[in-house]
Amino acid sequence: MATNTHMRSSDLPISHEGFLEHKRFRYLKVALVLILISVIVYFVADVGARHNGGTWLGYALGTISALLIVWLMFLGIRKRAATAGHWSLKGWTSAHVYLGSSLLVLATLHTGFQFGLNIHTLAYALMVIVIVSGFFGIYYYATVPRRMSDNRAHRTQKDLLDAIRALNRELTEAAQPLDPKYVNEVKRAIRKTKIKPGLLSSISSAQRQCATTRAAKRLRRAMETADESMRRPLETVVAILERKSALLLRTRRHIRNKTLLRLWLYFHVPLSFALLAALIAHIVSVFFYW
Amino acid sequence: MESVKIAIVGSGPAGLSAAGRASARGVSHVLLEKTDHLSDTIFKYQRGKYIMATPDQLPLRSDIAFEAGSRESIINRWDDDAEKQKINVRLHSEVTAIQGSRGNFQISLADGDTIKAEYVVLAVGVQGNPNKLRNPGTDQPFVQYQLDDPKEYYDENIIVIGGGDAGIENALGLADPQQGNIVTLLQRADGFPRSKEANVQALYAARDQGRLDFITEASLIRVEQGGSGESLWVAVVDTKDGEARLPCDRIIARLGAAPPRKFVEAAGVEFTGPDREAFPVLSPKYESTVPGLYIIGALAGFPLIKHCMNQGHDVVEFISGNKELQPPDTPLLEELFKDAPVKRSVDDWIVHIRDRVELLNDVSPLQMREFLLASQIHYKKRGDIIMNRNDIGSSIFAIIDGTVAVEVDPNNRSKTVPIQAGNIFGELGLISGRRRTATVRADEPVMILEIPRNATLKLMASVPGVKRRMDRISTERQVGQIFGQLLPQSAVDEIVNNAEILPLKAGDAFIKEGDRSTDIFIIRSGSAVVEKHIGNKDVFLSYVLAGNYVGEMSLFYDGLRTATVRAAIKSEVVRLPGQIFERLLSNNPDLYRSVERLVASRRKVNDYIEAKRESFSSVVDMHTSVARFLLEEEGLSEATDALVIDETLCVGCDNCEKACADIHEGISRLDREAGNSYAYIHVPTSCRHCEHPHCMTDCPPDAIHRGPDGEVFIDEKCIGCGNCQRYCPYGVIQMAAIPPKKPGLLSWLAFGTGPGPGEPDQDWIKENRQGEDPPKLAVKCDMCAGIKGGPACVRACPTGAAVRISPDEYLSLAGEAQE
Repeated sequence: MATNTHMRSSDLPISHEGFLEHKRFRYLKVALVLILISVIVYFVADVGARHNGGTWLGYALGTISALLIVWLMFLGIRKRAATAGHWSLKGWTSAHVYLGSSLLVLATLHTGFQFGLNIHTLAYALMVIVIVSGFFGIYYYATVPRRMSDNRAHRTQKDLLDAIRALNRELTEAAQPLDPKYVNEVKRAIRKTKIKPGLLSSISSAQRQCATTRAAKRLRRAMETADESMRRPLETVVAILERKSALLLRTRRHIRNKTLLRLWLYFHVPLSFALLAALIAHIVSVFFYW
Repeated sequence: MESVKIAIVGSGPAGLSAAGRASARGVSHVLLEKTDHLSDTIFKYQRGKYIMATPDQLPLRSDIAFEAGSRESIINRWDDDAEKQKINVRLHSEVTAIQGSRGNFQISLADGDTIKAEYVVLAVGVQGNPNKLRNPGTDQPFVQYQLDDPKEYYDENIIVIGGGDAGIENALGLADPQQGNIVTLLQRADGFPRSKEANVQALYAARDQGRLDFITEASLIRVEQGGSGESLWVAVVDTKDGEARLPCDRIIARLGAAPPRKFVEAAGVEFTGPDREAFPVLSPKYESTVPGLYIIGALAGFPLIKHCMNQGHDVVEFISGNKELQPPDTPLLEELFKDAPVKRSVDDWIVHIRDRVELLNDVSPLQMREFLLASQIHYKKRGDIIMNRNDIGSSIFAIIDGTVAVEVDPNNRSKTVPIQAGNIFGELGLISGRRRTATVRADEPVMILEIPRNATLKLMASVPGVKRRMDRISTERQVGQIFGQLLPQSAVDEIVNNAEILPLKAGDAFIKEGDRSTDIFIIRSGSAVVEKHIGNKDVFLSYVLAGNYVGEMSLFYDGLRTATVRAAIKSEVVRLPGQIFERLLSNNPDLYRSVERLVASRRKVNDYIEAKRESFSSVVDMHTSVARFLLEEEGLSEATDALVIDETLCVGCDNCEKACADIHEGISRLDREAGNSYAYIHVPTSCRHCEHPHCMTDCPPDAIHRGPDGEVFIDEKCIGCGNCQRYCPYGVIQMAAIPPKKPGLLSWLAFGTGPGPGEPDQDWIKENRQGEDPPKLAVKCDMCAGIKGGPACVRACPTGAAVRISPDEYLSLAGEAQE
């Protein structure tokens, strides 16, 4: 059997490449060539006493890196500008990833490994943080979508939330025949259950704090000691609570996945702007105060 | 014995209008009516029925008034007008025979009287002769062909058969919730192409309210006893999803009506053909083959009241010697023919085209006028291209004058087959819904009539001769295209003569693995999947599109079917008898070898699979289930271009939706998150650009078209009726108002003005809307036609998750076997 070589990241039976493989790793190759040339020149070129940003090679690497940073930031505009033309955002992303990563080498060579407590090293450090946050992004982009698809099982977020609301109605109805203390327990469970957790609990995805889950546990225990007449209705309510708890778990996972896919951007993007500012300061200071 | 100049038989809109004109002109006349009231057909309409005055653009030319209104208001008005106009009406006068010719007609009446007339105008309509059901069990007394007052029936299971206007109106009348009837309407066609838009809308609305149900593409098989409980009779119905059994207390069949042919033929009038629905042969002035005997109205082939009334007026003018009078649509048709090299009157053109083009031989002049108004005429010089191979198009072309050349070999332009004047081409595109299969150019100066898809479909639906000829021509062409190079003409003719067109429902297997048969099937419309039973599973082998053929392989396996072929969607196949091929092949070794070469690649795949039968892995299972998911569950088997999303890459950024909204007028035509997924393949809610687009089924302003790249789009003629949205089975059309223009991207980035990329939210729209809300119109994907770079959804995907696929480019095991 000929293997399904054209089935790449999914089982979609047509040939298509994700952003990492775009055009058979075209931008990975470009980045590698760029790095290779820089490294060779770095070791071969005669720049006087020692490497630093002020040599001809330093200026060259600095200029290339600065232009790259500015261009990399243009992705934000490219992404949002739905214009006509033969551009592909996937191609842009691919180039962004590989050329952005190449900065780790290019800019490091530009420094000539001279670091200190100054604006120049600040710019460098910011750049490294931005790139590392980008690596997190790549990691999440490569791993989360598949998990997210498994978890949501064809359902949209709206479907999930609608289903939870429907269960709430069912709960209210099913709780009618119960003793007031149980009814209050159910009501409290409905009221106190937060679907959309705060940022931290969303990434930790802990279900322990969930009011619904706790209520389900408590009422199941209560069932053992409850009156004979209460047992059946309690059972119904507990069953719904448990269903809701399962659904909540799924919904929270969905939200957690969505958060993971976005969280890194909250570092990546603002830090990029900080980097841009530091970069400008670095360039200005170099030309005016050197 | 009464003697008049004009005797008018039938007092419907046509006859009444004729009598009105005769009276106004002071011509001696008599209006003969069988019943005790005027216009029995309208009289028998359901009580309170609202009668429409279509076609809207056609002016009314009559001495009798007519405008849209209730049945009662129209009947009263006509009674008044008949009296005011001093029309000589003779009720209770059933005509039993008409004899004689111009100047000397004798009309015998059922009461024994005879009337002498110089001219006879026959306007008896067709309602006296309704089409009947012929299925087993339909001779029961509860099967009826007319419904006078729907309020008479309550708490019954009622099946209305026929989705024409009469059937829809009956069903709606019976479905009043206060009567408690359970009403089901059965419609044979896919949609309601022959009914008035307003009726169709009302029907859909009633279904949405749960007042009634209807089943399209359904037909009655039989009525039998065997239901349980109170309802002892059941109607067994053939539907898309198989046989259904519906309890029924009453069947109301509204299957249209055919001309009272015997009576008309007895007067000496000839008909256009032998079909039950054929119409009398008429001159453009409505004169039949009997001089002096004129036929107008529904009997002449035109069922619309306004047409009938105009004809009544005109026919009396013609009889009175008015030679100048032109039908109201003549100026429009004159415009159509204005560039013709030969000067002819519109009437002469109509006769010329009808006689010239075989397909149109059975079409009445009035129907000719109607579709010509929708058609175009092209004049081409020698060498001009008329249509290109792989163009998208579903209109047909009829050659009025000249010859065209069909390029049969895409690699060699000089290899052509001529098509002579009087023939048509382009019909394969119409039937299959796929791209044009050959380039056609003018071989000499030609005059060509292009009839658009909808007009052609209407002609095929209303004139049986057109459908019959179309079927024959398309079969001939397809057989010729596939086997013409290999077989002598005599063999091709024999095959065509024995070919049979079979309609199939989704899932129907027309070739079964293990059977013995050598019949070959051409897939005429729709598509098919080829499957093979391996290790207790049906393994998906390939997907076959319209225009291709299957079944030839058994000729090389001793007549044994090596795979099963099923219709993927509702399809039509042409069955070519295998014996003919067997005989041809055994008599002709050269032919055997060339056919063998033709099927070599398919054989290779087959042998490969046979050899690997044991070691088929789960990969094939996956392939099969993915194919089933896409083709069958998600309906991509009728798609030509669909958006799918690789869920292992999709990060849910919705940039596809945002780009879609921003590159169009601010409305996203796709919903990424909605839709089904399977094996990480997600089919979002977005147009698939079907081969036979469901949305086109009933677009009143004819605003939905297929563009040059295959995109199905809605043009500015959209009136926002929502029919397309209701017809689309995939829910990809929305009714939406264009939002106000947003500030530019840079001002949003820099200053946060406006709502940002993507569809603006409702609050922003409300705040920024200047003046009235624009009307809500139908919005759907147009594949970014005319936008450089192509579909924005794909270009704007940052990870490469969004791809557009067309089913003919994927899903075949053949490709892998050959790797």
